[in-house]
Amino acid sequence: MSSSIDSLVSREYQYGFVTDIEADQIPAGLCEDTVRLISSKKNEPEWLLEWRLKGYRRWLTMTEPHHWPKLEYTPIDYNEQVYYSAPRTAKPLGSLDEVDPKLLETYTKLGIPLHEQKLLAGVAVDAVFDSVSVGTTYKAELAKVGVIFCSFSEAVQNHPELVRKYLGTVVPHSDNFFAALNAAVFSDGSFCYIPKGVRCPMELSTYFRINAENTGQFERTLIVAEEGAYVSYLEGCTAPKRSTNQLHAAVVELVALDGATIKYSTVQNWYAGDEDGVGGIYNFVTKRGKAMKDAKISWTQVETGSAITWKYPSVILQGDNSVGEFYSVAVVNNMQQADTGTKMIHIGRNTKSNIVSKGISAGRGQNSYRGQVKILPRAEGARNYTQCDSMLVGNRCGAHTFPYIEVGNNTATLEHEASTSKIGEDQIFYLKQRGLSAEQAVSMIVSGFCKDVFQELPMEFALEAQQLLGITLEGSVG
Amino acid sequence: MTTAYSDDFRTVAELGGPGWLAERRRAAAASFTALGFPTRKNENWHYTSVAPISDRTFRMVRTPGGDASSLDLTPYQFNSPEWPRLVFLNGHFVAEQSTPADKLPEGVRVTTLGALLSEGADASNGLSDLIEQHLGRVADGEEHAFVALNTALATDGAVIVVGSEMVVDTPLHVVFVADGASSGQAIQTRTLFVAGRHSKATVIESFIGMGEADYFTNAVSEAVLDDGATFTNIKVQRESQSAFHICTTSVHQARDSHYLHFSCALGAALSRTNVYTILDGEGSGATLNGLYMLDGDQHCDHQTRIEHAKPNTFSRELYKGLLDGNSHGVFNGKVYVHPEAQKTDGKQENNNILLSPTAHIDTKPELEIYADDVRCTHGATVGQLDDTALFYMRSRGLSAAQARQLLTYAFAADVLETIELEAVRDSLEEQTLERFTRHEVGTA
Repeated sequence: MSSSIDSLVSREYQYGFVTDIEADQIPAGLCEDTVRLISSKKNEPEWLLEWRLKGYRRWLTMTEPHHWPKLEYTPIDYNEQVYYSAPRTAKPLGSLDEVDPKLLETYTKLGIPLHEQKLLAGVAVDAVFDSVSVGTTYKAELAKVGVIFCSFSEAVQNHPELVRKYLGTVVPHSDNFFAALNAAVFSDGSFCYIPKGVRCPMELSTYFRINAENTGQFERTLIVAEEGAYVSYLEGCTAPKRSTNQLHAAVVELVALDGATIKYSTVQNWYAGDEDGVGGIYNFVTKRGKAMKDAKISWTQVETGSAITWKYPSVILQGDNSVGEFYSVAVVNNMQQADTGTKMIHIGRNTKSNIVSKGISAGRGQNSYRGQVKILPRAEGARNYTQCDSMLVGNRCGAHTFPYIEVGNNTATLEHEASTSKIGEDQIFYLKQRGLSAEQAVSMIVSGFCKDVFQELPMEFALEAQQLLGITLEGSVG
Repeated sequence: MTTAYSDDFRTVAELGGPGWLAERRRAAAASFTALGFPTRKNENWHYTSVAPISDRTFRMVRTPGGDASSLDLTPYQFNSPEWPRLVFLNGHFVAEQSTPADKLPEGVRVTTLGALLSEGADASNGLSDLIEQHLGRVADGEEHAFVALNTALATDGAVIVVGSEMVVDTPLHVVFVADGASSGQAIQTRTLFVAGRHSKATVIESFIGMGEADYFTNAVSEAVLDDGATFTNIKVQRESQSAFHICTTSVHQARDSHYLHFSCALGAALSRTNVYTILDGEGSGATLNGLYMLDGDQHCDHQTRIEHAKPNTFSRELYKGLLDGNSHGVFNGKVYVHPEAQKTDGKQENNNILLSPTAHIDTKPELEIYADDVRCTHGATVGQLDDTALFYMRSRGLSAAQARQLLTYAFAADVLETIELEAVRDSLEEQTLERFTRHEVGTA
């Protein structure tokens, strides 16, 4: 790389502060009693405890997947983790008036004011702090149209029939190693229910924050959109800078019944570790949606944080004419590793999926796209288009593409395209002669590279994502 | 399962031969014992189960068996009976069917592994040093169980050495025939090609099954290309429809060398073709193309790996598949770019057409890239014949069946045209044409 685009100064991870708040923690370690303890702390019904225990027993028989992901990390000691940590002052069932001012301050610092009147554009927020939800905004307004948006624990108490009906129907307790672990110890998360024919009047969003040390976060989100409903959901995540690795094993289940549309956007900015790879979040996430007849599920993700990302938001295209989409920008810098992509399982007739993945590798980062497109024999007329492009910045990083294309129906049409290239010197030269600095030029080229994905994000998020991308890549162009 | 071949390991150990070979065999046997047959948990075998091979034990046979004198190779000679050839029957060299050493083109030296074993270094046409230098050093037996098994048990195979600066216009044909006597046998041949500096040569490897025997071919070819060498390697696999075929070709390429491989897979119940090359010199390149045409219950898997280890290297890859009946096709291609391999230029393409509702394809084109100044692309498609094209042809007076046949043929011919050798190209095109005009092509 030329010296003209050499060494831009690295900016600090700006969300790396710690909130000094007393926490109610259970001792580290994992056994059946831990599962029972978490369940009793949340005052859960018996069936849910049983379900957790099934997940735990299944987890014991499973082994961590190591042979296929392109990730290298020191093995996780599951007995060193703290599986439950709640800010002591938090009142359960998230009434905002009683939230500890320290917490409100934290979220304000993160740019997520929880006071409804201060909110910009009518986005309802559920704030999850370590293992519990500390508050949900706009609940009353949403309730008017019948939309339920609350923390998962609250849903278990107030809408057990809905939770019981849909929990584990998309990601079963036995799905994979991390999903089984989550089933056993999941603490909180968000629950959304959009009744039949309702178009959710505002964006719903959850903001996840890990604060306590040595604590894993195991949230579980469940979104159900009934026939013909529409919802757009956003998720953001940050964590303090710590020198130890923290585990995050979440599960997200989406259920889109006939004709429903769920749009799920994530901006993941967990702490990524320092430039030598010390600290950072281990992010092992199972996200999956089930689309029934004429339904549509769209995943958009901007992955800039975490030391390790293992994440494959998927769509089971169960019903005829259902549509699955996946738009992703994954950026790795320094020592970050990402193995991410999607799975599109075509079961119904005339199902369509569209995948656009943009990977950017810098520093010593390793970025892998791993995506599966599977057309089952019954999926007449299925259609898939996949495009994954990678960009490398410097020659100590890696960009990898592992698509798995499995077709069992001869009326299916599939196209997969991938390319890998670098930011061209001539492109930078051109932009510089038009009066841009090298830094601006790189930022502009990268934005252009990711445009297809950013335009899928809601407006405020798109701006944030673009800035985030710039910050993540700072210091890498050299 | 692994212990199944341990008796054979002992038998081969008693055969003697040079000390270095015995040592490499011992290591390979140990490696195979440790690895065992791959299962589908192994990412390299994700879509192919070798249970039909690992569930039984195929006999090792020390003599060709079969009837060598009455072999009729005419249909398999690409209408070019004058090409010099080396014939192996059920894994053993048959001198009476092969071109004698003094009739070979200038610049080509040939021997067999069998000759080295039975008659020692003196009988190896002065090639024993080269064999010692390269055999088992290009193909990786530490990771690949089938390579290890072959290294441990191969007792025959061709060694072809092209001298420096030699341009050999006549192609050489290595013919592996399995006849009715091969039922239940393991046929493990080992081939070594050494292409000298600035040499140019073409070798065709034909795997032919005469009859319906259920044998197991486990072939390994190693090729070493010196600076500036151009080596074309065409593999035509027409094994018996009951046979199992595993073939690994491993190549090491020096500066400015060019390796061209074409794999045409038509036969076998279960086949797997591995083509691995390391572009280990600046300016070197590889062109790997292939065509698989499957029907019935055939399972055919191709895995390629092109390792760009030095700057300014290039690779081109085009594999096409036509799948009919209940057949199952697999393609897994990897382009691997080392950090120092700047200015790599790689292109990989895999296109498939499913001709029947029950055919199945799994394709996995992969890129693994550790250098930034590269241009690598890959693409994969699965689809049917183009409706617009069919409509156009019908508007020009062709019947639906004719239009479909023509388009199917054109799809295959596209990749066959990359074969430079006219006689082979014509012969395979003819065969493809016949295949798709004789049979009614599955309705799309």
